Amino acid sequence: MDLLGFARGPALKLALAVFCIGVVWRIVGFGLLRIRLNRSRPRASIPRFLAEGLLAVGTRSWPHPEFIGRTGAGEALGYSYHIGLFAVVLLFGPHIAFLGSLLGLTWLGLTWPGLPSSLITVISVLTVTLFLAVLFRRVTNPVIRMLSNFDDYFSWIITMLVLATGLAATAHLGGPYQTLLALHILSVDVLLLWFPFGKLMHAFYIFPSRAINGALLARKGAIS
Amino acid sequence: MSSPAVGIGASLAPAEKRSQQAQVAGAMSGFARETGALSAFRLESCIHCGICADACHFYIATEDPQYTPIWKVEPFKQAYKREASAFAPLFRLLGLKREVTADQLAQWQHLLFDSCNMCGRCSLICPMGIDVAALIEQARHAMFEAGLAPAELYQKAAHQQLTGQPESSAEPYRDQLLAIGQQFGVEIPLDKPQAEVMLCVPRTDIEHYPASVAALARVMQHLQVSCTFRSDGLVAENYGYYAGGMAWQRDISRRLIDQAIACHASILLVPECGHAYAALRWEAADLYGKPLPFRVLQVSEFLAEQLASGRLKLRPSGTGATTFQDPCESARKGGVNHAPRALMKAMGIELHEQKNHGGFSFCCGGGGGVLDIERAAPLRYRTMENKLREIDDTGASTFLTSCSDCRRTFDDAKTHFDWQKTPQSLLELIADNLMGAAPRT
Repeated sequence: MDLLGFARGPALKLALAVFCIGVVWRIVGFGLLRIRLNRSRPRASIPRFLAEGLLAVGTRSWPHPEFIGRTGAGEALGYSYHIGLFAVVLLFGPHIAFLGSLLGLTWLGLTWPGLPSSLITVISVLTVTLFLAVLFRRVTNPVIRMLSNFDDYFSWIITMLVLATGLAATAHLGGPYQTLLALHILSVDVLLLWFPFGKLMHAFYIFPSRAINGALLARKGAIS
Repeated sequence: MSSPAVGIGASLAPAEKRSQQAQVAGAMSGFARETGALSAFRLESCIHCGICADACHFYIATEDPQYTPIWKVEPFKQAYKREASAFAPLFRLLGLKREVTADQLAQWQHLLFDSCNMCGRCSLICPMGIDVAALIEQARHAMFEAGLAPAELYQKAAHQQLTGQPESSAEPYRDQLLAIGQQFGVEIPLDKPQAEVMLCVPRTDIEHYPASVAALARVMQHLQVSCTFRSDGLVAENYGYYAGGMAWQRDISRRLIDQAIACHASILLVPECGHAYAALRWEAADLYGKPLPFRVLQVSEFLAEQLASGRLKLRPSGTGATTFQDPCESARKGGVNHAPRALMKAMGIELHEQKNHGGFSFCCGGGGGVLDIERAAPLRYRTMENKLREIDDTGASTFLTSCSDCRRTFDDAKTHFDWQKTPQSLLELIADNLMGAAPRT
């Protein structure tokens, strides 16, 4: 078995298994902990505070005007590279084919339109640049540097590897295409293996977290 | 930075036989075990973006990263991940999360008590939606269990749990209350066997602002509401809440709950005291173990209801440009934003809002027990400068609040900074402008 075969064969299968089991276990882990009942009398009705919780998923995407002067730039940087990542992962033709096959969508005849390769390349380069800016900010901003640990840097490295190898493979830079593609897929395998253990899990947490906090604040009639 | 560990030995038995490290280990493992699904989810959701720092006035004033709100629970995240998270065995096996040490926790006393007002502003900024303030409150519980509650808060909580008063007084509060009634010429309803509304009082008002106590009695008398104070449940404050002693917080709340039940009250009226409102309105039922058989209302809320029903009518107060300090615990964390504004509007007050107001207002700096912690004063003053600037920038000549701790903090600032404004009670202003009541001389 060659490197490419290994990367998209047994390595990918193992990575996907760890990813799925790990993610499920990490979420199930919360369910094993005690759920405290809130016995205070709610200010808002149940439908109202649940609706406000759902609303908070959207409203918390951007800072309140009171905070924007201090946090707007940092949040814009964060969202920008996430948008870049999503565009590259979800709208690049070969990725659409890969995801379609992986999720069984191809079998169902489902697909979605992608962006031209040249545009994806531009977005990738921009995303890599933003990603470097994020790292620069993490190591130079005293607050973020203090909060950062192995998880932050390792997650950054893995994601950057995926981006860089993907770009190299698309541009045929630095080696034979097959090898570059194998390295790209291997880096994805590592990302999937790491995913459940670190902060990448925020992809699964972000919306429920906003909704729960929003609903609990709305229950008290407080601003969320 | 850490204060004498006065709590050690009191909350865990037999504490005298255990080393401090053992007690800390016990407290941390207790924290991990007690971490429910919601707290765990909050702890796990942090992406280390540091944005919460930009909501915290301690960080804004000092730009010292240690004041980043989520950093204040760092040892507790460590303990949770090591002891109770989904991959806890892995963290322990690979040594990825070390055991929290007594020294580490002692350092965090400054972060969790001296430099946190529990104001909850950080909970509004987190892009992940984490209620950081709720985590800090839980961390205070563990600090208490580890014997690391600051002496001032611990002693007041212990005294209050035992006697009902946070401190000894020359005269019992009950007698002082009656004396205030005599001084201000208003009847103080006390120990009625049955009443629609049970009243309580901040001991800060008894000691520093007796006119506020009289104002409450006068307004209730004017409204002809059946109400009573109860000798065995007088004090609104809850130092157990500040110190992090949950059992004491419960016992202190319980005094008021039992008295409200005993007099068949349908409303427990919380006076102008922000944290008393949080403790009674949102936390007491959980500690009591069942829903409270009465409503808990902050006095502004109650009066706004009376205003809306037409039972309360107010005349123009004649105050000029006015600004209002929203108490964090009732406004931001408790949702009492509109009621005080409705009352001010009814008195024709020209309200000049601060740049950050309502749910986004900066804390006075004294909340969360910080005002009581002596060594925290220099940092508190530094933090207050921004708040005082915002108040001054409104150009208002009158400065109102509806929290006696806020009021005391600003009075203290008045002396410290030679600040020109005098914080006044919204309730007192209402009592002075009751339509149909003779103006007070």
